[in-house]
Amino acid sequence: MSHLTLSYHLNGSARTDLVEGGETLLSLLRYRLDTTSVRQGCKQGTCGSCTVIVDGESRLACITLAATCEGRAIETAESLPGRQGLHPLQQAFMDHFAAQCGFCTTGMLMAAKALLDANPNPSREEVVDAIGGNICRCTGYQSIIDAILAAAEAGRTGVAPASLRRY
Amino acid sequence: MEFRKDLFAGERNEDLNEIGRPTQRQDAQGHVTGRSRFYEDHAMPGMLHMKFARSPHHHARIRSMDTGAAARMPGVVRILTSEDVPKKVHTLLILLGLGPDDEPPLAFDKVRYRGEPVAAVIAESEAAATAACAAIRIDYEPLPAVFDVEEALQPGAPLVNEYHGRNWYDYEGHDYQKIRFGDVEAGFRAADHVIEERYQMTPIEHAPTETGGCIAAPDTAGRYVCYTNTQALFFSLETASRILKVPSNRLHFVGGTVGGGFGGKVDSVHEPLALLGAMLTQRPVRSAYTRAEEMQVSSPRGAERIYIKDGVMNDGRIVARYVRVYCDAGAYSRLTPYGAVKAAAHMPGPYYIPNVWIDSRCVYTNRTPSSAMRGFGVTGADFALEIQMDKLARLVGADPMEFRIQNAYRDGDMKAHRRVTKNAALIECVQAAARLADWPIGERFQAMSSTRDGGGERARIPATPPPEPPVRRAAAAVPEAAPTPAAAPAPAPETRNAPIPPPRTPLAGAGRRMSSLLGTRRR
Repeated sequence: MSHLTLSYHLNGSARTDLVEGGETLLSLLRYRLDTTSVRQGCKQGTCGSCTVIVDGESRLACITLAATCEGRAIETAESLPGRQGLHPLQQAFMDHFAAQCGFCTTGMLMAAKALLDANPNPSREEVVDAIGGNICRCTGYQSIIDAILAAAEAGRTGVAPASLRRY
Repeated sequence: MEFRKDLFAGERNEDLNEIGRPTQRQDAQGHVTGRSRFYEDHAMPGMLHMKFARSPHHHARIRSMDTGAAARMPGVVRILTSEDVPKKVHTLLILLGLGPDDEPPLAFDKVRYRGEPVAAVIAESEAAATAACAAIRIDYEPLPAVFDVEEALQPGAPLVNEYHGRNWYDYEGHDYQKIRFGDVEAGFRAADHVIEERYQMTPIEHAPTETGGCIAAPDTAGRYVCYTNTQALFFSLETASRILKVPSNRLHFVGGTVGGGFGGKVDSVHEPLALLGAMLTQRPVRSAYTRAEEMQVSSPRGAERIYIKDGVMNDGRIVARYVRVYCDAGAYSRLTPYGAVKAAAHMPGPYYIPNVWIDSRCVYTNRTPSSAMRGFGVTGADFALEIQMDKLARLVGADPMEFRIQNAYRDGDMKAHRRVTKNAALIECVQAAARLADWPIGERFQAMSSTRDGGGERARIPATPPPEPPVRRAAAAVPEAAPTPAAAPAPAPETRNAPIPPPRTPLAGAGRRMSSLLGTRRR
């Protein structure tokens, strides 16, 4: 199979890699660059576990050809924590028990980050729509939606989300 | 959430430090940062990939198999067949001390469900392994298949699994796990209404976001390491040890991070064969289901067909319950014989009924083997029971919430499987649910309590006639009481010169009652 040179940004760092013509972004990130937060759940674009952000939009890495990412900026969950510690979304997911088995969590976080980057004040319906392509088999979604809304509020007000919710 | 500490206050210590308080999961930070290591994050340099050639037939004899062309394909390192497996037939039940061995890790003489693995290809890439699987030539002779639990019990039905010799699991000489309590026939005669209903559920796939799989690799000093997403690490370790016939201290299992299991990752189908591949190639070997395999061949929650016949009085009391459960095991036992026992134990429901008759069968069909899933056996029973309860309530003109409160177990009541009820709480749960749902219930039912009016006459074990079926159905072709061909012989009467029988080994499969594992026998 033909190889081509791919220049792109991964989590803020410029990279150039040789990729095969038919290679998926999932294969490149997860299996060659060890970016293991990009999970492989179905390899058919249905579960959302491999969600990454490409130029600000959420994308399913398993059905995105790496070759289409020339010159683009790719973000994965590895980029989320800042100098101050966890990203507000990560903190909110912890506080709201939004991660149970954890397998869908990084994909959920990236879908949520793409939403909040574009729309810092989403409605509940917009949150539901943004994670509509991400399957979670543990939580029943409500805690995830609550966490994303709490993170949005924290992002707007600069106040950390409320600590552990009383159950 | 609301904590009702006023309920059962006298039964509880208030010195608990953790219960009732939120606490953070220990793995939460790993999950949100993506640093939690799932098995696949342990991928190793030089790792090989194992894929399976699977049966396209529901039931067929294997006439011959030719792996030559597949073995010559690029990237193929090794092909495994049953010849390579040290223990050719195995059962998960042996870890519960039960038998018989009934399932080959790789099929050899027959395939018994569509998707059953017949050969495994180990190759440099997943694509090469998949391509070589398609190149394995297997000559099948298709056999008649059976997919319905009651048809499987008919005389002349295709025999699914020769290791059982019949299409049902043998419970100590019976084709069913039974509960007998009181006289259901007398109960039906005395009842104002008798209804019988049929319930059928489908198999349910767990569909975890992470499919089942593992990575096995040679370690130092003749040991092998296995990174796996099994839900039952030591269960899988022992299963691998038995199938490979190697001491378990040569196997190092690493797990604990499971991307969704729900019971679907206890069957240990990947670990033994991946380890075998690692032993034969001396390289790391990964075995993992694709999403399609996870849906087609990973064991689901078994379908149950349930018939419930109830006798109920106009005042709302249920006086007799006769239940037949048919648990669809698919082609192999896996853990379904245990699920069928749980169904029997659960089947009277959380209700005091003075006359109960339960037959729960584990039936073999040419469907995907079923196994564990979140309360397997019990959940299907509840689906049927609670729909039945609504129908009964409608039949006697009762409110469904009040009807459940009226019939609920109370402390001191004798359950049908002869355990005394303790710490009953159904009445309080239904009362709380009714309040939260703004569902009005009568004062009489508001005032009822799990701690009052139980026991006494309700603690009695009623006279139970010898086991005869209360109804004869045309379809009931299964001998109810007649010993099956492989039934355990009746214990010989003791004589002075009788030889002392050899001690039974718990692993022979005959030494333990399934019911004793579950605590469903009277203590």
